Amino acid sequence: MSVNLNNSNLATRENRIGSITGYVGTLKDLASKSECGTLKGCSRCFSQSSTCLSMCGLSQLAGIRDVAIIHHGPAGCSVTSAGSYYMSKVMSKKRNVTSNTVYVGTDMNENDTIFGSTRVLKDVILKVNERYSPKAIFVSSSCATGIIGEDIDSIVDEVKEEISVPIVAVHCEGFKSRIWATGFDISDHAVLQAIVQPPRENAKTNKIAFKNFFESARPEIIEMFKKFDLDPIFLYCNSTVEELSHLSECIATTCICGTLGNYLGNALEEKYNVPYVRSINQCGIKGFETWLREIGKVTNRSEVIEEYIKEQREIYLPQIEEVKKELQGLTAVLGMGPGYTFEVTRVLNELGIKVVWALAWHYDKKYENGDVPPSMKYLLDNDIDFETSVADQQNYEVMNILNKYQPDMYLSRHPGSTVWAIKNGTPVVFVADEYTMFGYKHTLEFAKSILDATRNRNFEQNLAKRSKLPYTKWWYEQNVDAFLEEAK
Amino acid sequence: MAKLLDKQRYKCALGAMQSVQAIERALPILHSGPGCAQKLSEQIGSSGYFSPNIFPCTSINEKDVVFGGVKKLNSTIEKSLKVIDADMYVVLTGCIPEIVGDDSGEVVSRFNEEEKPVLYVPTAGFKGNNYKGHEQVVDSIIDQFLEKSEEKEAGLVNIWADVPYQDLFWLGNLRELENLVRELGLKPNTIFGYKRGIENIKKIPKAQFNLLVSPWVGLSNVKKMERKLGIPYLHLKTLPIGATETSKFLREVGEFAGVSKEKIESVIKENEDYYYYLIERYADLFLENRVINKQFSVIADAQYSLGITKFLVNDIGLIPAKQFVVDDTPKKYRKEIEEEFKNLNYGIKAEASFETDGYLIHEEIKKHDYHGYPLILGGYYEKELTEDLKGNFLNISWPVQDKVVFDSSYVGYRGGIKLLEDIYTVAVQRFN
Repeated sequence: MSVNLNNSNLATRENRIGSITGYVGTLKDLASKSECGTLKGCSRCFSQSSTCLSMCGLSQLAGIRDVAIIHHGPAGCSVTSAGSYYMSKVMSKKRNVTSNTVYVGTDMNENDTIFGSTRVLKDVILKVNERYSPKAIFVSSSCATGIIGEDIDSIVDEVKEEISVPIVAVHCEGFKSRIWATGFDISDHAVLQAIVQPPRENAKTNKIAFKNFFESARPEIIEMFKKFDLDPIFLYCNSTVEELSHLSECIATTCICGTLGNYLGNALEEKYNVPYVRSINQCGIKGFETWLREIGKVTNRSEVIEEYIKEQREIYLPQIEEVKKELQGLTAVLGMGPGYTFEVTRVLNELGIKVVWALAWHYDKKYENGDVPPSMKYLLDNDIDFETSVADQQNYEVMNILNKYQPDMYLSRHPGSTVWAIKNGTPVVFVADEYTMFGYKHTLEFAKSILDATRNRNFEQNLAKRSKLPYTKWWYEQNVDAFLEEAK
Repeated sequence: MAKLLDKQRYKCALGAMQSVQAIERALPILHSGPGCAQKLSEQIGSSGYFSPNIFPCTSINEKDVVFGGVKKLNSTIEKSLKVIDADMYVVLTGCIPEIVGDDSGEVVSRFNEEEKPVLYVPTAGFKGNNYKGHEQVVDSIIDQFLEKSEEKEAGLVNIWADVPYQDLFWLGNLRELENLVRELGLKPNTIFGYKRGIENIKKIPKAQFNLLVSPWVGLSNVKKMERKLGIPYLHLKTLPIGATETSKFLREVGEFAGVSKEKIESVIKENEDYYYYLIERYADLFLENRVINKQFSVIADAQYSLGITKFLVNDIGLIPAKQFVVDDTPKKYRKEIEEEFKNLNYGIKAEASFETDGYLIHEEIKKHDYHGYPLILGGYYEKELTEDLKGNFLNISWPVQDKVVFDSSYVGYRGGIKLLEDIYTVAVQRFN
């Protein structure tokens, strides 16, 4: 890939790395077509609502402490500010730090769509800077401002003279991409453009940049990394601008989710030679060990890491083997972002649970470095196959599949996804916390949670009996790909 | 004109998809970008028969921006009718189709002959906030679905109140308003929530009158219904919370509907007796604590700001500090609402500030002398501020992060008691 930090516009995942949102088939077919470059995504003539890339992008940035997000658009676009306010308050409190990050909108109205409102935007930027003295300012567009051609780049350039902190335009038009993960890339791009500085001379650290979502396992990771003489910096929730400015000095970059961390990892590698740890992710035993060993290789710490693995295996493997006995033969359907779908399927396979269908909300044919995502490579190398589809949270497709297969469990990570499985009578294992199956301890907990969820089916049975599903009989009789159309 | 929206407390017009969501078996279909529904929905209390993540959506992309999205809209409506079982399909448009000039109304009109009604609501985000969007939804129902009825049902009263989901207590409040009207011997008719829906919508034209309980939201709707459907309306600006306002409410509604004085007074007496039985038992809690002083501020939409101010002043004897109305109330309504804030017992007047800039609101609160610990009823934004001021905070208005509400209500006699329960549940957690 070639990172261009001189331009605030970043191409979408579809255009940059050929990502798709429509496919029905098998894992092997998906992977082999990806490899030889013949995979073409389908579009749909009927779809349900999904997610806006601006929500992903700007929520990431709003996790950084003491910055300002200015979302130029109607009030609906900046409504994310309310959730971000809550998150920054509770997440910083959890860490015993404070965050005065502020996220404002511009409440654009009809006149503004005709006459433009970049003058107001300029005043808003200056006022926010005066009120809150943020450590960095991100100025974002929306669908409406994007279409009418509000030139936020020029406004940002104009105010640069009056503002002493990093300020950057962030292009978040929601119509740009069906893949909300493009928003993650956009936030990385903004951080790289405005905040990350070249390494200071002789700056040698043991810091490792760790891109995650909400750092629930932070204390235990710090403790573990201490054994390897590594010091993790967690991004972006609770990050400081100062920390981010020195990302280029890290010994390596790693991430909890390939979808989330791929752009930043590759860009830091390309621009500043910070190695990006490329491996399957930390979910499950195989994933955790592969990841640790890769870190060992990249940071020259293999010996101490092997010792750690040996010691942990002795504690946990016998316990996990015990639980596995009870999980044998259970079946699962799952629906997640691709950074998790093809990792969690691997873990389920490790635990002896049969995946009958896996949905990925999008699929990246290749990562920025041109490789097939490691999670896919692993499944193929190990001859694991199952039916699979790519659907950007299309609930009607999920329900069609659940109705057909009636699995023992549905696993998901996204808000609003669980209730539908339950109304189908299917137990749900909600794995929103990215550390749900992190390493030995959490893999054991995960296995036990599955057991709990599938053992007591009262809740889903009670609700399923009493609720009617909104899909017609006609739809349940169709094939899941009924509304997929060849992309033109 | 655009402005600094700091600590925002409303959504855009498309947020009115939530008003549709509140109508049982009515399905919003969005002609918008892919993420609008998710952004504009509440994470808690949304997983009903339909939920925002299953609302059909055209998920407009770059190509549609250039070439228009009418084809996609047509196919989305057509397939929605096949795939999803609803009583009513309501197409709401976002910013993009409006700017690029899609004739969405024409596309929707192609479905006029369908067995189920398909309505069109233009709700581009820049057209106003979700309070205005809510009115737009009701307008579309009036214009596209209802017809004047010569036949009237005696005692049938349509009740309209504030905006579902934006108002955390919408469901309970509507049910309690119904209960009050029912106690007068009238037949309440509402369209939002459990087992109301399309059958109740059909009944609207037969009502004896429309009862609007809101400072301003819905006024244009009841005026339209007066014009188009010949339904007179009674507009009560104050949401009745507690005994004083609820008894006033019963008298005004009763008189307007022609209910006998004895009937009205007997309903009031029975309710007030129980209300004051409770107040009597808990009066020492109000008087003998070290953490609640007399001064309070409400930061909420016009509905709660006014309703709670009246309750705390006229029922509980507190003194209003400045009150903040944060729903971007249209200018033409402001003067009358301001007057209402000044219409309190003992000649007490509350100063109301129509302010959408949360920073300025916080600065004013910090400046005010509450004669001790302030009592702040507001949005989640006021939580930290109130903590800094060592005050008592109750999250009653959007955004709500501090509370889960199923169907409880602040309306009526019971609602007043519930609000006191909530306030003093906060207060009893500390000693001083």
